[in-house]
This record gives sequence, C-alpha cells and structure tokens, in this order.
Amino acid sequence: MKFLKFLSSRLLTYIFVILLGMTIVFFVPRFMPSDPVESMLGQMMSKSSTMDAAAIEAMRKTLNENFGLEGTLGEQYFGYMKRVIFTQDFGPSLTMYPVPVKELIADSLPWTVCLLGISTVISWLIGNGIGLLAGIRKDKAYSKILEGIAICIYPIPYYIFALTLIMLFAYIFPVFPLSANFDVSGFTWENLKTVIWNSVLPALSLILTGTGWWVISMTTLSRNTNEEDFVAFARMKGLNERKVISRYVLPNTILPQITMLALQMGTIFNGSLITEILFNYPGLGSLIYRGILQADYNLIMGTITTSIFAVATATLVIDLLYPFIDPRVRYN
Amino acid sequence: MKNWNLRLKLGLVILSFFMILGFFFPLLYSGNVTEWSTYPTNLKPSMEHFLGTNSLGQDIFWLLCNSIRTSFLIGLFVAFFSTLIGILAGLVAGLKGGAVDRIVMLLADTFIVIPSLPILILIGSLTKGTASLFLIGGVLIAFNWPWPARQVRSMALTLRERDYISIARFSGESTIRILVKEIFPFVKDWSIGNFINTILVAISSESGLAVIGMSSNSKATLGTMIYWANQHQAMLGGKWVWIGSPVVAICLIFIGLFLLMTGQQQYSALRRGK
Repeated sequence: MKFLKFLSSRLLTYIFVILLGMTIVFFVPRFMPSDPVESMLGQMMSKSSTMDAAAIEAMRKTLNENFGLEGTLGEQYFGYMKRVIFTQDFGPSLTMYPVPVKELIADSLPWTVCLLGISTVISWLIGNGIGLLAGIRKDKAYSKILEGIAICIYPIPYYIFALTLIMLFAYIFPVFPLSANFDVSGFTWENLKTVIWNSVLPALSLILTGTGWWVISMTTLSRNTNEEDFVAFARMKGLNERKVISRYVLPNTILPQITMLALQMGTIFNGSLITEILFNYPGLGSLIYRGILQADYNLIMGTITTSIFAVATATLVIDLLYPFIDPRVRYN
Repeated sequence: MKNWNLRLKLGLVILSFFMILGFFFPLLYSGNVTEWSTYPTNLKPSMEHFLGTNSLGQDIFWLLCNSIRTSFLIGLFVAFFSTLIGILAGLVAGLKGGAVDRIVMLLADTFIVIPSLPILILIGSLTKGTASLFLIGGVLIAFNWPWPARQVRSMALTLRERDYISIARFSGESTIRILVKEIFPFVKDWSIGNFINTILVAISSESGLAVIGMSSNSKATLGTMIYWANQHQAMLGGKWVWIGSPVVAICLIFIGLFLLMTGQQQYSALRRGK
C-alpha cells in the first residue's frame, strides 16, 4: 500500500510537471508585446535571401499554429497538447526546411543524456565519497582541506568553470580542442577516442561544479549520523569500522542524497545547457542555441518542450530508484 | 561580536568589499558606463583607468562597478520576494493542511522539477535580448519560492503539534499573532540563510542567461559583461582583464555569499545553544 501511494504521488507530479511545463511554453509567447510570427519571419528573411517560397508558407502556417493564431485559443491549446504528447510533432525546422524538428532532437538528445548522465553519476559518487570521508574523519587535517576546497568550488556557476577551463586548457595550454568537434560516423575505436577526447572539458566542468555540492551536503549528513546513538552503540558492540560505516552510517546518509539528486535535476540540466553552448557540444543545449541564433521558432519550441520532458523523466526515474534502496517504502 | 565564526567574518568582509564597489563607487562616476567609444580602446591599466579600457572603448573598472550593482539588485529583488512568498505559502500549507496543503505542494514540486533556464531562454529569444530585468526577475521568483515553501511547511507541520501553540490558540490569540509571535522566530534563522542562498542563485541564473546573450544585453550586469567580452573575442585577443574581471568578481561574490550563509547557520546554531 505504501509503495502504491508513493508511486501514485510521483506519477501525479510527473504528469503535472509536463502539463504545466507545456502550458507555460504555449502561453509565454502570447504575453509578449510584439507579434512574434511576423517579426520572426522578417528576421529570418533578412538573414537568408535564398529561402524557398514553400518554406516561408510552411513556416507561417506552423508558426501560426504554434502561436495559437488559428481557431480559438482553446482549440489551439488542446491541438498543441495533443500533437506534442501523442506524436511529438513540432513541425519542420524552419532554417533546415524540410527536416522535422523531431529528427534534429533525436540526433542531439543522446549526446546530452550521455554527457549529463555520466558526469552526474561521477560527480555524485566522487562527491559523496569525499563527503563521507570528511564527515567521519572530521578531526583529520585532510577532511578540513577537502571541505574547504568544496566550499570554494560549490558556489561557482557552471559557465565560469567552463570559461576558465577553456581559458586554461584551450588557450594558455592548448591541450584540448577549443570547441567540441564530432565529425564522426559509425562506431569504431578511433571514433570513440575522438568523442571522448572532445568531451573531456565539458564533462570536467560539469563534474567539478557538481561535486562541490555533494561533498558539502554529505559531510554534514555523515557527521551528524556518525554522532547518533545507534552508531555509537554499534561501535561499542565491537563491530569493525568498515561495517559500522557500510551498515549504519551509509544507508542513513545515502537516502537523502538520492532525494536531493532528484530535486537537483532541473538545476543540473540548466548548467549542462550553458556548458554545451559554451563548448559547442552537439547536444540539446547547442540545438536550443542554434534555434535562437537562427530564429528557428519550431526548433526552439521543440527543444524547450523536450528539455522539460527529459528533466521530468530523469527525476521520475531517480525517484523510482528510491524504493529499491529504502525498505521502509517497500514494506508496510 | 561574540559567537562570530570565521566563515561569517570572512563572508562579511568579501561582501562588504563588493557592496562598496557596487553601491558607493558608481556614485562617483557621472558618465554612462555602457556607452561605446567613450575612451580610446584597449588601454592598459593606469591611474586614469584602474583596469584599462576594452575594445568597445568602455572603462572596465566603472563598467564592473555598475555591473556589480545591477547584479546585486537583481539578486536582492528575487531573494526578497521568493523568500517572502515561500514562507507564506509554506506556513499556509503546513498550518491549514488538507487540500490547500496538497495543492501548494504539488505546485511547488512542479516548479522544482521544471528547468527554469529553457523557459528564460524562450522569453529571451522572443524579446531578442531586450527582456526587462523585472520580467527575468519575476520568472526567477516563480522558480525559487518552492524551496523555502517546502522547508517552512515541514517546520510548520512539527510546530503545529507543539503544546504552546495549542495553548496560544485556546487562549484566544488570533492566527496572525500566533504566526508572527510564536512561529516566525523558529522560521527566521532558516529564512535568512535561504535569503542569502537565493541571492546567489538569482545572480547566477541571470548571469548564466546573459552569458549566452538572452538577458538584457544593453544593461550592465556581470553576465552581460562576459557576454560582450566573448562577443568581441576577448579571450582570443588576450584581453584577460576584460573577461577576467567579471569572472573573478562573480567567483568572489558567490564564495562570500556562501560563507556568509553557512557562517550565519553556525552562528544561529550556537546562539540556540547547540
């Protein structure tokens, strides 16, 4: 029963997030002072003179649909929701007509999922590892140094790290490429090496910033847990230190950190968007940026809606991991 | 000064330095800092131009001071309203319970999950980098009230069951008075910490948005300073002061804010006698 209750509350939030997110994305353009359709068309035509007449017509049509300018507001709103939820159809990309936006997103989403997934897992593991160590051995000098470093790293935003790493390793010591260059097709070891080499800097900036927070929160959590009576009792019982930490301290500190990871997904995603843009990494962030630079409205709507879907789904997945780790949710 | 810990002192020193740079120094300069070609371009730092000038002919030092001020103002504006709305929503949800509680919490959880940056980028792209800072601040408030709301709600849930609250209620105290006199003191310390943290988050979000040119590009903020420096290839041209000064300022301000926040928490924990 408890598990079902847990599941239904998470699913309810999930559905609500997607509905509200899409509603915001649908309505934001309506509160803007200028008529976005005509201004965007003008902007695009001024940028490229070689645009197809058919492309412009298709653009006006999809733009009008997206902005809800055909039919009543309600019709358009429900039409948009239905179209996006059931067919994920955002119309054609306006600057790469007639390639569907869906296809562009499908190409870039795996890159973001990999970069973000791998760097989040690494920073979570490293951060919690260091935090646990610093929390349990709180009197050791290295614990204080580690915590001090984390305090200096955590408040610094992603893009500052990205800019600093670019300055250091691409300009001053040109070790890594300035912007990611993924001219690869097919899977070979050579290509994999290129991909990894080009992903090192963006991943490093995501890992560095992510780790600080986990160190700080884990240090506090494990320090507090370590001082609890039941941990003192376990020690007095004569259990060795390894067992005390793995069986008594760790389970009680890791649970809040999983909840926190779910809550932080949105923030982490925000950071990865900017990091991708600064490194020109071929993921969702760069695709959004391309949409902005080229005033490709369909692409912007599509990528932003997909971002909300992606973050909501990632949060749900992490939340659903929780019952596997916390027996209190599984059993009555 | 008793109970003042190192973090609190260090944080206050760093922030006071930047507050003076941001709020006092701009008063000494009468020109328009964002105006292009006010001075010769790319001057080295000197007594006339403390940090030199950039390729746009702006004085980097005065530009930096004004940027710090605008960024602080955004942070304070967002932090004040997010904390206020969050505390009120959390108190109402925790004390009323029932359907009100469920609706407020569903809304809060939803806004926590939705990533704020894509929505801000959408607004930025529709206004083409001329969005008003108030609009951006408003959106940031919408995404930052849920954190204090969640925390205050859980505090209110435990407070609701305490005896002294029941006694106050049965002795005929008004709800407002109970809130202000009996409950607020408990929430206060935590709220100050949250307020400081939200300043950090708001400045960080705005400047992140500005770095990719989606904020208010014509205003001087720490983020737009980085944006213009990047736009004019400051790194490629080795103009480290231009791009480096806002980067260093952001790092130090954030470390200062964070030290102040954790220092304040230690301070209030000590004062409570823990």
